[in-house]
Amino acid sequence: MSAAPPAALADPMLPAPWRVRAVRRETADVVTLDLVPLASGVPCFAPGQFNMIYAYGVGEVPVSLSGDPADRSCFVHTVRAVGEVSAAIAGAAPGSVLGLRGPFGSAWPVDAAAGHDLLIVAGGLGLAPLRPAIYRVLARSERFGRIAVLYGGRGPAELLFRDELAVWGARADVTVAVTVDHADPSWHGHVGVVPALIGQIGFDPPNTVALLCGPEVMLRFTATALRAAGVAAERIHLSMERNMKCAIGLCGHCQFGPDFVCQDGPVLRYDRIAARLAVREI
Amino acid sequence: MSPTAPPGPDAQTAPVLLDRAGLQALVDALVARGFDVIGPTLRDGAIVYDRIADLAALPAGWTDRQEAGRYRLERRADAALFGYAVGPQSWKRFLHPPEETLWRARRQDDGFTITPEPPSPAPFAFLGVRACELHAIAIQDRVFLGGAHRDPGYAARRQGAFLVALNCGTAAGTCFCASMGTGPRAESGFDLALTELIDAARHDFLAVAGSEAGAALLAVLPTRPAGPEATAAAEAVLARTEAGMGRHLDTNGLKERLQANPEHPRWDEVAARCLACANCTLVCPTCFCTSVADHTDLAGTEATRVKRWDSCFTADFSFIHGGSVRASGKSRYRQWLTHKLAHWIDQFGSSGCVGCGRCIAWCPVGIDITAEAAAIRAMPGKAVGEGKGGNA
Repeated sequence: MSAAPPAALADPMLPAPWRVRAVRRETADVVTLDLVPLASGVPCFAPGQFNMIYAYGVGEVPVSLSGDPADRSCFVHTVRAVGEVSAAIAGAAPGSVLGLRGPFGSAWPVDAAAGHDLLIVAGGLGLAPLRPAIYRVLARSERFGRIAVLYGGRGPAELLFRDELAVWGARADVTVAVTVDHADPSWHGHVGVVPALIGQIGFDPPNTVALLCGPEVMLRFTATALRAAGVAAERIHLSMERNMKCAIGLCGHCQFGPDFVCQDGPVLRYDRIAARLAVREI
Repeated sequence: MSPTAPPGPDAQTAPVLLDRAGLQALVDALVARGFDVIGPTLRDGAIVYDRIADLAALPAGWTDRQEAGRYRLERRADAALFGYAVGPQSWKRFLHPPEETLWRARRQDDGFTITPEPPSPAPFAFLGVRACELHAIAIQDRVFLGGAHRDPGYAARRQGAFLVALNCGTAAGTCFCASMGTGPRAESGFDLALTELIDAARHDFLAVAGSEAGAALLAVLPTRPAGPEATAAAEAVLARTEAGMGRHLDTNGLKERLQANPEHPRWDEVAARCLACANCTLVCPTCFCTSVADHTDLAGTEATRVKRWDSCFTADFSFIHGGSVRASGKSRYRQWLTHKLAHWIDQFGSSGCVGCGRCIAWCPVGIDITAEAAAIRAMPGKAVGEGKGGNA
């Protein structure tokens, strides 16, 4: 019959109110929101982490942080309207208020990758959780060997952050390669899946760290291609997606083998999950 | 009680004897101290835990017969108050209730405010907590209180709870706590522990305290010293119960075999029988999974978030954009069994099974966790050697 927990351990299930400061449309069904807290400062976050975002009366979903971790003025989230809750969040007007809990989860090992070649491989909306890592890497690119961003989308109209991809691609310290599954007349770039880009860029496989985010099938094929190219399994890091309700390891929904994706992940090491990643419906 | 104390022998007082009136005095004392006293009662052909104020509410003279997919109450030859094994419910439904309002949000001109739901007022006293159930509570303590984030509602209910344990006097055909190392003796984690001693000459309860609160309460009850004969009789009760266990689960190497065999043909075989009804997860005293639902009133001025028990057997449990991760019944049963008996050890340092046998008795098709685990364990799988995949 001990004392009540201290206020610092206050209810982790309680969302705090955050105001939508700005909305940018990325594609037909994807928007990026800048959120500012009503009652506190903007907490630190590590690239790869996510927040639980609540739309009043509709529900709550996990959304990765997609902004620059060095920018402490707001949280940036990139959301695709796929269900009721994400549609309500993506439809939030500037000035409206959303609930927010977080940040939660593991991070991309950006600092540990210093001194290595770095491959950042994204599929579809998977570029959003990787963008904070790209910002941090490009802010001090001299710490790394060769840096490459490989990105694939269904079609040109579904690609995220195209202006930024062009800016990054113009830099001397980073290689950017973009591919689409289905081209349209406007597209003059690669056509095909992301793993096919791996052979087209120069890197030193034994000395490479890879960060992967995208649909699970893309993660599997990309990790397999990287292993075949000679990248060590323990240097391949994947961001996994599972159903999440609590984000604090208590609701059980996000289990992936012994891991709770919400707190052991979302960023997991390939050598530790490769066997179960190959099993259907784990 | 210290909810986070690891299992281990608590400092126990010398045993004393309570008669039936003395046990009623215990209930009265708990009620007088403001506890919401919960104990076994008879309802709908089953023994269920509910609020009690009088020992007359207890299922005197009843016992249970349990087998795979079967639970029946029968009359005993005596008037024992605790002469049965465990019923469908566990204490989980009080410490980790099936439905709990987390908070309420109220719409305002400029956004909304969120207010947490206050915790329920009266602390619980549980009468008749079996050894397997003490272990189940200790396991849920590790889940809800032992990690980086605590469940504040569980913490509040757990901190105030007073546990009166009961050394089992009868084992069901579905019981296998002895093989799990979780019973039948209540060894720690209780405030008081009782052993029911009943024969033609007596009806007494051998009592020991396991906490200061328990010792303080015992001191005000009408007890008499327990001599060596009573202590020996209590030992005999436990020995008889242990010998009466209907089932056994060999856990030696089981974790590794389960984690190495996700494609074992037995998963397909059990999936052909499993109805994915979720009964096993609902009756399990350690299954802790929940979902949340959001509700608004008709005017949209107030929204509430409610947490509810969920089950890994439901189709939407693993739903993400594109469909359920675990669409097949095979994958859901595999998830449940592998989590319970293997991943749980990686996550929380112990098995998630306490050998209470509820999932066996309350499975409508009689799937037996001990038989399924033994079938997987019988076949060595390729060693995958995976632990947790954390990024550290």
